Amino acid sequence: MAKLDSKIPAGPLADKWRRHKTEIKLVNPANKRKYEIIVVGAGLAGASASATLAELGYKVKNFVFHDSPRRAHSIAAQGGINAAKNYQNDGDSVHRLFYDTLKGGDYRSREANVHRLAEVSVNIIDQCVAQGVPFAREYGGLLANRSFGGAQVSRTFYARGQTGQQLLLGAYSALSRMIAAGGVEQHTNSEMLDLVVVDGHAKGIIVRNLITGEIERYAADAVILATGGYGNVFNLSTYARGSNVTASWRAYKRGACFANPCYTQIHPTCIPVTGDYQSKLTLMSESLRNDGRIWAPKNKADRLKPPASIPEADRDYYLERMYPSFGNLAPRDIASRAAKRVCDEGRGVGETGLGVYLDFADAINRLGEPVVRERYGNLFDIYHEITAESAYQQPMRIFPAVHYTMGGLWVDYNLMSNVPGLFVLGEANFSDHGANRLGASALMQGLADGYFVIPYTIGDYLAGQKPGARPSVDAPEFKAAAENIRAMTERFLQIKGKETVSHYHKRLGKILWEHCGMARTRASLEQALKLIPALRDEFWANVTVPGSAATLNQSLEQAGRVADFFELGELLCLDALTREESCGGHFREEYQYPDGECKRDDEKFAHVAAWEFQGAGKPPLRNIEPLNYEFTKMSVRNYK
Amino acid sequence: MNLAGSIFGSTIGRKIIIAATGVILIGFVIGHLVGNLQIFEEADRLNGYGAFLHQLGPLLWVARIVLLGSVILHIWAATVLTLENHAARQIKYGVKHTIQATLASRMMRWTGVVVLAFLLYHLAHFTLGFTSVATYKENLPLYTMVGDYRVAGFLAVKSGTQVLDVRSMVILGFQQPVVALFYIVAVGLLSFHLLHGADSLFQTFGWRSQKWAGALRKLVIVFCAIYFLGNLAIPGAVLLGKIPVAEPARAAARP
Amino acid sequence: MVAETNSNTISITLRVWRQAGPDAPGKFVDYPAANLSTHMSFLEMLDVVNDGLTLKGEEPIAFAHDCREGICGTCSCTINGKAHGPGHGVATCQIYMRAFRDGEVIVVEPFRAKAFPLVKDLVVDRSAFDRIIQAGGFISVRTGAAPDANSIPVPKTDADLAMDAAACIGCGACVAACKNASAMLFVAAKVSQLGLLPQGQPERDSRVLAMVNTMDALGFGSCTNQYECSAACPKTISHDFIARLNRDYLKASVRSAFKPVSSAAGGSG
Repeated sequence: MAKLDSKIPAGPLADKWRRHKTEIKLVNPANKRKYEIIVVGAGLAGASASATLAELGYKVKNFVFHDSPRRAHSIAAQGGINAAKNYQNDGDSVHRLFYDTLKGGDYRSREANVHRLAEVSVNIIDQCVAQGVPFAREYGGLLANRSFGGAQVSRTFYARGQTGQQLLLGAYSALSRMIAAGGVEQHTNSEMLDLVVVDGHAKGIIVRNLITGEIERYAADAVILATGGYGNVFNLSTYARGSNVTASWRAYKRGACFANPCYTQIHPTCIPVTGDYQSKLTLMSESLRNDGRIWAPKNKADRLKPPASIPEADRDYYLERMYPSFGNLAPRDIASRAAKRVCDEGRGVGETGLGVYLDFADAINRLGEPVVRERYGNLFDIYHEITAESAYQQPMRIFPAVHYTMGGLWVDYNLMSNVPGLFVLGEANFSDHGANRLGASALMQGLADGYFVIPYTIGDYLAGQKPGARPSVDAPEFKAAAENIRAMTERFLQIKGKETVSHYHKRLGKILWEHCGMARTRASLEQALKLIPALRDEFWANVTVPGSAATLNQSLEQAGRVADFFELGELLCLDALTREESCGGHFREEYQYPDGECKRDDEKFAHVAAWEFQGAGKPPLRNIEPLNYEFTKMSVRNYK
Repeated sequence: MNLAGSIFGSTIGRKIIIAATGVILIGFVIGHLVGNLQIFEEADRLNGYGAFLHQLGPLLWVARIVLLGSVILHIWAATVLTLENHAARQIKYGVKHTIQATLASRMMRWTGVVVLAFLLYHLAHFTLGFTSVATYKENLPLYTMVGDYRVAGFLAVKSGTQVLDVRSMVILGFQQPVVALFYIVAVGLLSFHLLHGADSLFQTFGWRSQKWAGALRKLVIVFCAIYFLGNLAIPGAVLLGKIPVAEPARAAARP
Repeated sequence: MVAETNSNTISITLRVWRQAGPDAPGKFVDYPAANLSTHMSFLEMLDVVNDGLTLKGEEPIAFAHDCREGICGTCSCTINGKAHGPGHGVATCQIYMRAFRDGEVIVVEPFRAKAFPLVKDLVVDRSAFDRIIQAGGFISVRTGAAPDANSIPVPKTDADLAMDAAACIGCGACVAACKNASAMLFVAAKVSQLGLLPQGQPERDSRVLAMVNTMDALGFGSCTNQYECSAACPKTISHDFIARLNRDYLKASVRSAFKPVSSAAGGSG
């Protein structure tokens, strides 16, 4: 059984991080260049960590499966990044951001981690501005803010609808600077396929060069995974097509615990599905809910009528009705479930019946079309590109889609997993968002981890490692791991079955969406746990992967990722089944209040479930890390 | 990198060379046209102007060297860039669709080459007298100035001075329809060359922006049209017989 | 997840450049694709064609893609002779089949440039862009050394213009569309973004000189002011930034030639 010591420092909440920084071990500046650190991923967390660690003097190797370290899916975040700057003088503070994030996470995250996140949020903005990130500004030249996704203060900084891109390019520029300076060795088109553990410590990785097919071995003194979330287990999601769980999953199979996999976030405002060829769901920024009003027809009979012909009296502005104080700005999980409920009642709009209206008619009346165009023009353009409909003339149709995963590899306060030397940052870890993430907090967490947490905390581990003591890539552990990967690759090519990888990915996604999506029940989960292993067996018997392993082979890449999704999908359902309560993004229909709200069970489930791999074919072990709330009272989330 | 290196050694630097020499050459062709339009006045004007230019002596040579240098640099930079541009895409597209590039911009290399050929012919014709020997200015009877030729109020050529009859040389030259037609076509292509060049140089110097690009474009079109019409006027008028040549020259040129 | 009944279907012939590797010979190959929903994206159409090829035991067409929402800059084909295809201000992943006619032959090629060597089929290596950024496309600021964000006011007009330039997704369409395979728009966007902001001033001259020199050394062509780049750019980045780059480059060349340098300058630790 894994030992889960969260290493939360003692002391008052607001002092924990400051005190921890002064108490953890440091690495002598002259010794830093003797340590090599592998960073996998170059999204916000990976790029910022690579750049910062190299600035400190560590020798960093960065690996991405993309063709460039500027492509990770952090780039797609539209809305913004939160920071407790209180530039708007509207009563924001570190404590308020901490509290909002904790409450938004439905009291399933660690107090100390969340507080640290709120503390360093202010440094992030300073850092990004200094890098030249062109945040929106007011006429006086100072930074502009907006309120976003369930916050009652304006603390969100943004760069048009491209905040994620601009922050990522900032981190990429810092990374590029360190590549040029020789501090970072960049490996593109390199997919991590295994973690190498030597004497219980993470000391290297196995990588497939996606261009040459070469299986390569790299050793280091510590390994950092910043490989993002696993939402593509649902196949259809707002994730990039390449987003995958492989790095995290292979680390899990080497002993790292996977925490809370059932916490998946469904984003309420995405463009509905049109057909089974669909590869991707496109998010419409949550900022649309600032001025758009969400509604569905009151009567089933109206659902296919042109929306303009439905009189005001026959429309149900259900979020405003159910949550008068937050209205259309209710948190994501609440807004998503409300949409599902409306569609389950048969009132969903569009041909598929899986959609609700997001209407700007009132906003256009109130503000005029030019103002609406200035605020949302680019989003309306995207909507038009995809649907060929104009949101100026008719309401948008939206439906929830998988958007983010709060679960991930278990880490302690230092962001180290239970495998010493293995650190996990950003969406790939589980630590800060609890059971639900608030809007504009993902960018904040990725950069907090990379710029301001790992550079301090990794020293605490490395100080205990002898400089230059890392194993050679010729060590038996490396050879065995590389051999294992080579064999797995060959196995895919040998199956020569009758169905494509994408065929199985779609079927897996459907099982998860239907049985373990926005709402889950014991029965649905138990059924999923039968369906997934059966489909997995079929996959391994009947998939076909054309081509060879010695060149670029996108089918082969996809096969490996989908194989891992099968295993993760099963764990996700198992976690959802075991967590007999509803909280945040995990909604069990058996556990709800009469009005349909989440009913948490703080007695039994105020803990992190960290799953530990026990070997192929054996049920994984459910470890528990209790969540001790020293400073905040766990209360029922109420957005009414 | 030193200044020469960053100008001659970089793509942007070489573009700046093309633009800067282009400005010099545009200035020259404007001055050249304005001077030549004196052909429509009495014979004293153009012939006095020709004599005045010859009197400049070393200054004339400075101007000639600057012009020659500009032409050479203009062509050198364009050639080097063109070769590099070809090398930058070795495998061509099977299908290529042009979105907005103007025809003038796509014809620069060809209009440039024709204009160069024209320039060489023009120099051989009127400056060096290699072609049309009989009507070359030095083979025509001298012209006697009727009045004074003044430049900016200063006396440049006194009345009674015997000067070369360049005016007759031009008229006699353009009385050959093939020659006149070649001039017209060449000047047309030069105007077309400037249609892109005169606009483009503002971009290369970094002075162009969307705010006034439309106005600049119109200005350049008007300029090129005026330039073309001005140049068209001289051979055109000669061909139509509107500018008669002085009798002594006509007699001398007769074979 | 049923297809919408009001969606039309079309059939097309896909004429795709197939090339097994950088040194292998390449050629166009025709693939018929029938009954495609017009709501389908262009890349989803390629997915469908690829699934068909896979089931026939043939190698699917390799093409670069990731986010499929026009922001990551990975997708890159030239469709019917236009980089990113028939749309305006969108990337290949944002092209939908409704942009094509029933029965149309759609020619799909990789981005072609010496600086973007071909990897396989429609995939090219655009790491040259990374090397240009590494040459100076950054502001040298150590993590943690930044002053308070509001201590540097930036006029809104400058910030907005910088944002216009910063929108570049690094896809390479400007290079693909340019008849000279020039990277000027890419370089201009980054130079302008940082040059417009007060934070970018200390390294302004060295940045533009280094980035342009690197661009030249990597074998990109030069700009002939035809503005095909901005017309093909999925983020409609203006060629005004190229004018700004030219000006910055000239100024930096002159300044760096005449600006006095401290005799104590040079190797700092």
